[in-house]
Amino acid sequence: MTTFDFLLQGMLVAAQPMNLLYALIGVTLGTAVGVLPGIGPALTVALLLPVTYRLDPGGSLIMFAGIYYGGMYGGSTTSILLNTPGESASIVTALEGNKMARKGRGGPALATAAIGSFVAGLIATLGLAFIAPFVVKLALVFGPREYFALMVLAFVTVSSAFGDSTLRGLTSLFIGFALAIIGIDQLTGQARMSFGVPDLLDGIEVTTLAVAMFAIGESLYIAAQGEQGPDKVEAVKGSVWMTAQDWARSWKAWLRGTLIGFPIGAMPAGGAEIGTFLSYAAEKRLSKHPEEFGHGAIEGVAGPEAANNASAAGTLVPLLTLGLPTTATAAIMLAGFQQYGLQPGPLLFATNPQLVWGLIASLLIANFMLLVLNLPLVGLWVKLLTIPKPWLYAGILLFATLGTIGANPSVFELGMLLAFGVLGYGMRIFGYPIAPVVVGLILGPLAEQQLRRALAISQGDVTVLFTSPVAAVLLVIAAAALIVPLILRARGRGQVLSQLAANED
Amino acid sequence: MSKGNTPSTQTRRPDRAALVIAVFLAALAGLIFWDTSRLAEITSYSGIGPATIPFVIASVLLLLAAWTVFEALRGDFPARERQEFGPVIWIIGGLAAQMLTLKPLGFSIATGLLFAATAAGFGKRKLWFTIPIGIVLCLGVWLVFAGLLQLSLPAGPLEHLFW
Repeated sequence: MTTFDFLLQGMLVAAQPMNLLYALIGVTLGTAVGVLPGIGPALTVALLLPVTYRLDPGGSLIMFAGIYYGGMYGGSTTSILLNTPGESASIVTALEGNKMARKGRGGPALATAAIGSFVAGLIATLGLAFIAPFVVKLALVFGPREYFALMVLAFVTVSSAFGDSTLRGLTSLFIGFALAIIGIDQLTGQARMSFGVPDLLDGIEVTTLAVAMFAIGESLYIAAQGEQGPDKVEAVKGSVWMTAQDWARSWKAWLRGTLIGFPIGAMPAGGAEIGTFLSYAAEKRLSKHPEEFGHGAIEGVAGPEAANNASAAGTLVPLLTLGLPTTATAAIMLAGFQQYGLQPGPLLFATNPQLVWGLIASLLIANFMLLVLNLPLVGLWVKLLTIPKPWLYAGILLFATLGTIGANPSVFELGMLLAFGVLGYGMRIFGYPIAPVVVGLILGPLAEQQLRRALAISQGDVTVLFTSPVAAVLLVIAAAALIVPLILRARGRGQVLSQLAANED
Repeated sequence: MSKGNTPSTQTRRPDRAALVIAVFLAALAGLIFWDTSRLAEITSYSGIGPATIPFVIASVLLLLAAWTVFEALRGDFPARERQEFGPVIWIIGGLAAQMLTLKPLGFSIATGLLFAATAAGFGKRKLWFTIPIGIVLCLGVWLVFAGLLQLSLPAGPLEHLFW
């Protein structure tokens, strides 16, 4: 069967009335939560995971797809109207979008972001559908050592290649690894780091960690800033429709943003938000109105927003085909798969094609739904933005603990939530990135498994890791990604890298 | 996020807080060494057993601790924003209260306390007003999630009135 047939089959799965309803609930909840200031897609997905607990795997993943795309849309609304990007990838959108909103052009800014996200989501999801089978074929020839090398590369790019400090990125990653050891060793059945506490034998839940660090850590940090007066929400004045000139200036930016964002997201390495910065730079250079940049240029919203969504769809390529999460959001989605005993990767395409292709098809459907939902409902989203901070954060913590209690109603689990929340707050104060902890926790055990398998095959000979050409090349790239930024920073050229930092997600 | 390593007179002195972080990392490494020492005998013929990877991770954590000490002494850590600890204590207290009252009093009352404490952390200190609001809101949430979505949220005296 060709990709087209598979996609058609997936459409049949996704178009069942119940699944359409799940997708609709997903996009609505995802947008509503994603709009809330300070909540990025990673936290949106982690907070809403419990809603899907009682569904069957297919329905749950379809709702998940909706939540993921909805969270992305919601983030752009926040950054345009409030200038507090809920996600690092929206920083660029806020740059021009908030300026447009201040000039009373909030409507067209939201429209170009929404339509750009739709165009990018459509092209990138189709790209995902057509590239995935090839990557799967490639992945099938990968052995344990190639997988291990690939994961090492992902570790380096997620933790230390970008951001403002190699030390702090690596420290975050290894804190994640240390937490990952807790529990029963998968190969020998030995309990590690559990100190006789039965609650620790199952290890630490990725969702508990993510919710604690993103929701509780962030709430503590915001609260500790004290009274700063209310943020100013820009009212959407005038028409939300774009003029002919807006269209003319936007459509090329959408396509360029998509072309830049998708390949970057699809690479099995971290740093998906670089696409937005590259797209912004490209638009600034190519624009006929460069003087408008910094004062609300519509291309500066259209391009990065498209790049943002295209790379979000792109990160699903390594996640679905290789089981490799390259962002915190993808790591939490992997946890969502694992709760049903599903391990994304080439085998899932063979054993469960209906599920995978149903998921991909429902991404397309979610994308259409968002386009229809987003613009007419913009007034509602604006209302969500005006919730006063005390109620907003009280509500966020309510739902953060609700998810943990729903998964495991034990005092011990809530204690861990509190402890990781305080840890996340401390890391936030000292500028340690959060995403590497989450990725380290979920990917660490998988990497250990692959390494031990590789060494079992070679009967303990470590050189085997370097004798496969693919693995060797990947490890060399990983080493370069570790060392080059160190040299750049030592020479005082680190500003570029810290601008590309993944602060939140 | 605070940016840059601006060398001011203040940061030239050894960074105490960063030294504490180094001690924390070293302690974490020590804990892993201690725990895995009893697993060290179990090895398979691959020469790599359940203790190997933890051993590597702990060793790297020690290296990172040393690196942190180095940066702390050079004052390389970014400047930190001033933190107000009153609100932080409110929220942590709220989470602790929820944790302790969840089983005896049920989801709505316990989470209502958390709700009110968080609002207090952000400046709404009228507890006689916020606690009832929190409890009613959480009861609504309980009815939706435990009733309709069948999540297992602990029920207390209040929930038993409805279910």
